[in-house]
Amino acid sequence: MRLPPARGVALSLLLLTAILFPLLVDNPYLVSVVITAYVTAIAVYGLDVMLGYTGELSLAQGGFFGIGGYSAGILMATYEVSFWIALPAAVVMTAALGYVIGLAALRTRGDYFAIFTLAVGVMIVIIIERWEGVTGGTDGLIGIPPPSSIGPLRFDSLTAQYYLVLFFLVLTIYVVWSLVNSLVGRTFVAVRNSEELARAVGIDAGKTHQLSFVISAALAGLGGALYAVFLGYIGPAMGGVQMTFMMLVYLMIGGVASLAGPLVGTLLVTGLMQFLQAFAEYQMMALGPILVVVIIFFPKGLAGLAKLLPERWRR
Amino acid sequence: MSAPLLRVEHLGMHFGGLKAVDDVDLDVPEGEITAVIGPNGAGKSTFFNVVSGFCTPTTGRVALNGVDVTGLAPHRIARLGVARTFQTTKLFPEAEVLDNVIIGRRQHTKSNVLDAILRTKRLRTEAAECRERARQALEFAGVLHLEALPVGSIPQEARKRVAIALALVAEPQLLLLDEPAAGINEEETSGLTALIRKVVESGIAVCLVEHKMRMVMDLSDRIVVLNQGKKIAEGTPEEIRGDPTVIDAYLGGSSHA
Ligand SMILES: Nc1ncnc2c1ncn2[C@@H]1O[C@H](COP(=O)(O)OP(=O)(O)OP(=O)(O)O)[C@@H](O)[C@H]1O
Ligand SMILES: [Mg+2]
Repeated sequence: MRLPPARGVALSLLLLTAILFPLLVDNPYLVSVVITAYVTAIAVYGLDVMLGYTGELSLAQGGFFGIGGYSAGILMATYEVSFWIALPAAVVMTAALGYVIGLAALRTRGDYFAIFTLAVGVMIVIIIERWEGVTGGTDGLIGIPPPSSIGPLRFDSLTAQYYLVLFFLVLTIYVVWSLVNSLVGRTFVAVRNSEELARAVGIDAGKTHQLSFVISAALAGLGGALYAVFLGYIGPAMGGVQMTFMMLVYLMIGGVASLAGPLVGTLLVTGLMQFLQAFAEYQMMALGPILVVVIIFFPKGLAGLAKLLPERWRR
Repeated sequence: MSAPLLRVEHLGMHFGGLKAVDDVDLDVPEGEITAVIGPNGAGKSTFFNVVSGFCTPTTGRVALNGVDVTGLAPHRIARLGVARTFQTTKLFPEAEVLDNVIIGRRQHTKSNVLDAILRTKRLRTEAAECRERARQALEFAGVLHLEALPVGSIPQEARKRVAIALALVAEPQLLLLDEPAAGINEEETSGLTALIRKVVESGIAVCLVEHKMRMVMDLSDRIVVLNQGKKIAEGTPEEIRGDPTVIDAYLGGSSHA
């Protein structure tokens, strides 16, 4: 399970680039775009745990992202709880909600599961909008403070926040990697490949789905909480169905069930959207055809494409 | 006398008006091969589905070593020592042969999410042990040389052997084989017959559903005949061979393969 040396080198280089990025790029706007991409990517990894490895499409991911954001935001802005407590609390709350929703949603599979979770996503937005006293309704919630400093480490600068978010992104990737390369990940994949056979060989498919769904929700909660704190603001849109679909686009373009996929897809599409911002209204119109092309020609996304290349070279 | 490994009493599985299994009594003793035969649609696969927990019976009970397991979920029954194969050979697609068999060992492991994230010793030991057991099972089934190939790329006979390895890796007490020899030639069938005999010799009881009469007659200690869900005969291969009811209902005089 140890990384082959070539991959180790490549990974170290990538990490080094990520670490040097805010120092080399003297453009706060660009840095904040990348931060947004990182936090979103964390939730996209969650989506991939459920879709890529366990084989069920959860369309509540945006909703969970919102729950994480609102949990952290409300705790910090309204109750003045420290970020360092609010963040784990937000993750636990989102995971717990994921567990409860999973109990009902996971009675279904496939299209029905997707539709059920889509409905859950819609309901989450409605609740956020209606529960004005707590969430600030459609206006959202402002005044979420930056993370409090720990010792000499301060988090009020953009660069510091970049590193904080990068830390959690790397942590997420590590967690997903270690899950995927373990008996737990094998169990997810077995259930994806054939639920019937998995049950016949003694795997509790229901429990496996439930576990994957909770992990998936927890990662959405983590991403959402970081997003809210980074922006200092949350609105209902961040928990919306559109958010879910953007995450799905990132994942499809980056590639499902690949470790690089969620990050590559999120960075690339976010970048592309920035580039297309001049044509604000046409952004989504451009994205549609791109998604169609990717799904038709590279069904495993760009990460899948990258995997094919070295194989060709080796021959 | 102690209870038999598997005892099925008054078992019925009704789908609407159709009695796929109708009031069947059957024992599978330890260390033996019990065959369940019958014409198409007799209810053989349904019988397996009930015993392995995929269907909850309409009537009757299923007991393992004297313990009632009727209506338990498939994974619970598997963990009680019942392994099965499927009529249309099922393997995990998009995975390599060894990876397929490794997962069959998962029921004996305890590693959880925390073990995975913290890369604990337990996880590493269990992962290594699963791999080792899986390779042993593949070797037993004679397909270890295929371990690194994707299951989609191996021949039909090898797939059947891998499916048996996947069932055996859990070290079951009882193995249910649903038409293990369907779709393979005579030579391959005799190879598979030898494998099944080896399974029984290793101490595992086998319940065999098969249309290939030669294989059934060669292997079985006892044969149970189903027709339209009902048990119409039971006995040794010699008794069944000469039973006019069976010949009438099932063999029809012609399909004696
Ligand atoms: N889930 C189900 N729902 C409704 N009917 C079913 C179901 N499963 C099986 N049956 C019916 O039960 C009867 C017995 O089917 P079963 O598959 O058990 O037969 P079999 O003895 O295995 O036949 P074969 O030799 O063709 O495999 C058939 O008429 C079948 O259509
Ligand atoms: Mg059948």
